[in-house]
Order: sequence, then structure tokens, then C-alpha cells
Amino acid sequence: MAKDERSGNLVAELPEDAPAIKRWTSGLVLLGGLWLFSMRFLKTLARPPYEFKEIVRQLNAIGFRSLSLVIVVGIVIGAVLTMQSRPTMIKFGAEAYIPVMVAISSMRELSPVLISVILAGRVGAGIGAELGSMRATEQIDAMEVAALDPYKLLVFTRVMACMVALPLLTIIADLVALAGSWFVERIESGMALSHFIQTVINGVEFSDYLPGVAKTIFFGFTIGIVGCYEGYNSKGGTEGVGRSATDAAVTSSLLIILLDVLFVKVTLMLWPY
Amino acid sequence: MIHPFHHQKKNGPNEEGPLVRIEHVAIAFEKPVLRDVSLDIHRGETVAVLGKSGSGKSVLLKLIVGLLAPNEGKIFYKDKEITNMNEFGLMEVRSSMGFLFQGAALFDSMTVGQNLDLFLIKHTDLELPEREKKIIEALDMVQLKDSIDKMPSELSGGMKKRAGLARSIVIEPELILYDEPTTGLDPVTASSIADLIVSLQQQLGIASLVVTHDLPTAFTVSDRAMVLNEGKAIFEGEMNELQNSKEPFLHEYLAASQLDRQRHDQLTRDHQGRQQPVKTDATILT
Repeated sequence: MAKDERSGNLVAELPEDAPAIKRWTSGLVLLGGLWLFSMRFLKTLARPPYEFKEIVRQLNAIGFRSLSLVIVVGIVIGAVLTMQSRPTMIKFGAEAYIPVMVAISSMRELSPVLISVILAGRVGAGIGAELGSMRATEQIDAMEVAALDPYKLLVFTRVMACMVALPLLTIIADLVALAGSWFVERIESGMALSHFIQTVINGVEFSDYLPGVAKTIFFGFTIGIVGCYEGYNSKGGTEGVGRSATDAAVTSSLLIILLDVLFVKVTLMLWPY
Repeated sequence: MIHPFHHQKKNGPNEEGPLVRIEHVAIAFEKPVLRDVSLDIHRGETVAVLGKSGSGKSVLLKLIVGLLAPNEGKIFYKDKEITNMNEFGLMEVRSSMGFLFQGAALFDSMTVGQNLDLFLIKHTDLELPEREKKIIEALDMVQLKDSIDKMPSELSGGMKKRAGLARSIVIEPELILYDEPTTGLDPVTASSIADLIVSLQQQLGIASLVVTHDLPTAFTVSDRAMVLNEGKAIFEGEMNELQNSKEPFLHEYLAASQLDRQRHDQLTRDHQGRQQPVKTDATILT
């Protein structure tokens, strides 16, 4: 192991003829690098003042500009779930529970995970490419040379924006998923909106809603920190920018799915059925 | 008249020693990049670092600003060792340095004015009207006053370099580091950038280190030069000594650069010729 002069991250030094070991080692190095990068986030969090103006700008770029995508995905989640589950629910005589089933599935799992994975592609890759290109054109070096703190200015602001935007977008996705579900129900069974809402309110508990939204704060952190890490440590000029974008999307999606397993376990421990 | 950006000479112990002292510095990545390099840069002088691509010139600049740490040797800035300084110490040191990157490294999401303002916000306590005045002064010095509201993407290569230069001088540094200031520019623009470096040098009296492989630029702007070959300093001295050196590599390097220079002069002459009004029969008759 050696230390990268610029980023201070660990770098694997292995012979060229050890591809399998190299892959595993670089995976560990990536996790180690992400851990150190995340610790730096906590250190920065403890060191105000913050760049609020830049956080708001990033919130607009990351959150507001993803809104249309989230609305479409949310409607599709609700509509498709209703259409797919309807025949089975009818078979078991549980047609009346379709709104509750859709609400719980969407709030607990589908909206938080799907929205996060989709945003890992859109936002994570975008951050990776943006910071990667700033690294390639020496803009990050210019900040360091000018005694500006590029981590605080570029990384902290983007990660904070992701952590705020993801829960808000998930809440919107939950609501539009219900709208999509009601729309299908209205066509299929003529269910009134008031009846649909009442059924959802009666069937959904706080413990169905809170964990789903809470975990997106961590998913937002994952998208932001992985995207920034890949971009910040980008190497190899313009070719490296593309690689950073792809790696940011792939790594953050994978981590979101793995973290979700952990969160489901914790949720079931805290709020058992 | 003293220019508003001109550094007033201060009396103090630092006044005696060099501004930057590089002592036996060596650094290697996969292979050695710099080997036993030593150099002093004094206040008010311009030193050129010459050499072929990959000879370690830009690495030397990154060592001085602390973006890289040497494996061996020491670097002093104003008699203070910066070799193993922590990030906070380096930030203080860097706040009195300007750096012109090869591609200017302007921040894409900000206008030219905002690029300069960010540096002033971080390094001074000036209020907006004073900052605006300084920004306009700096842009005026590089003849870019009218581009204050332009985005970097709207600027040509030469304009970007000038904007980068304005950003470097706006914080009134004591040392400016130039990384290939004329690379990628046409001969006419390259020559205008070199002239600009000289004029800034004369107006502000700042110490400068110019890393370049462009010999005409080095001769235009520098008092002294160091030549690197495969990471080793093979020459250090006055520019006229460089011209008369009998060292084989230098001879070859200078001869190749001389050809370049002739080509450069020819291109400049051609360009100027094209700028002259063409004599028509009518003008000849009158």
C-alpha cells in the first residue's frame, strides 16, 4: 500500500499479472478511501461557517431539476404496482386492501430505493463528471493553491444538498405513487378519492412511513460522497472524467442496495410486526 | 506614481534571504521525476525553468505551493520550511502566492469578475465596492476590463490566460508561479502574454517563476534560468550565460528552440504584414 500524494488516499501497489487480487484490493482501497473521505465530511461539519449559498444552488441543481423525473417514476411505481397486484388481490378477496398494500410497499421500499438508485445515476454520475472535469482542468488545484478549501466548497455543499434533497424527493414520490395507484383504481373499480385516502390513512402506520424517508438521508449521503470521491480523485484527463461518472453511478447504486438490507434489518428490529 | 498593486518594501529579517529556497529536492512517482534540484528565487526577480516535456518542471511548481511533498530535500518560503507543513500552514503560505495554470483553471460556473471576487472574499475583509474597484484594476492591467461579466466558456485561449493572470494578481501576491503561460497559444498571442508578464513584473515588482519550454518567452521575461533534463538541473545562471553554454544538451535544446524562434518571428512578421493596409493603385497614385 502507498499513499497518494495529492489525495492522501491509499493506493494499491500490485504486479500487473495479478488481476483478481488487484480487483479485490482496489475494492478494499475504494472502501477505505470512501471511509476517510466521509470522516473528512464530519470534520468539515464540525467547522462552520458553511457555504449556504452554494448549498442552495446545489439543492436546486440536484433536487429541483430531478423533480420531473421523480414525479414520473413515482406515478409509474403506484400505477404498475396496482395493475400487477390487482388480479392476485382479487383472487384472495383482498381487493379493498390494494391502496394500503401499494402505500406500504411504496413508502417502505420501492420509492426510497428506486428513487435513490435512479438519482445515483442522474446525480451521482453528474457530480462525478463535474468534479472530474474540474480536476482535469486543474480547477481543484487552483482552489488549493489559492488557499480556498475545495472540500468545503465542492464536496460538503454537494453532499449536504443530496442529504436534504433525497428525503424531500422521496416524500413527493410517495405521494405521486398513491396518486398513480388511485388513478388505476378509479379506472378499474371506480373507487372514490376520499375512500382511497381514508383506506390509506387507516392502514398505514408511522413506522411504515418514517424509516423509508429516514434511510434516504443516508442514501443521499452515499450518492453525494461517492460521486464527489470519484470526481475529486479522478485521474487521466478527459478519459478519467468518463470513468469517474460511470464509477460514481455504479458504486453508489450498489452501496444503496447493500445498505438497504441493513436498514430493513434495523427497521424490523425497531418496529417489529 | 506608485501603482496601487505595487508592493511596498518592508524592512525585516526576511528581506535578506531569498523568497523561495529549494534545497536538494528529489521526488519520484513510478520513476524519479526530480533529482537533487536546488534553486533560490529572490524578491523582484523572474526565474525561468526550462526543459523538455516530462522533465519535471510543473512538478517543481507543485512542490513550491505544497500540492506535492518531496521525498527528499527541503523547501523554504520566506525562511519558513514548508516541506512538511500541515494544510492550515500551507493555506497561509499560499495566500501570498499567485499561480497561473496552463489552462488558466478559471472556475467554469462563475463569470470572470466572480472568479476574481472569490479570491478577494476569501483573502481580504474588503467590502463589495472596494473589491469591485480592485477587480476592475486587475482586469484593466491585463486589458480585459470589458470581459468582467463574461463566462470562461466565452473567452479565447489568450483571454483565459489573461483572466487567470488577473485572478493571480488581484490578491497582491509576493510570488507568481507561471505554468507554461504561452503553451497552446498562437505566436502573436504568446508574445503578447510574454509582454504582459514583463509589464506586470515592472509595475508590481513581484518575484516570478516561469515554467516553460518556449525559449523566446523565457528570454523575454526572465533574469535567470534553470534548465532541467530528466529531473536534473543541468544549468543555472543568467540568460546570456545560457545562450553561450557549450553543454551538449543545452546546445541541442537551444538550436531546436532557435528554429522555433525563427519560425515564431516569421509568423509574427507575416501576421503584421497582413495587418498593414494593402497599397492599391489609388493609394499609390495619391
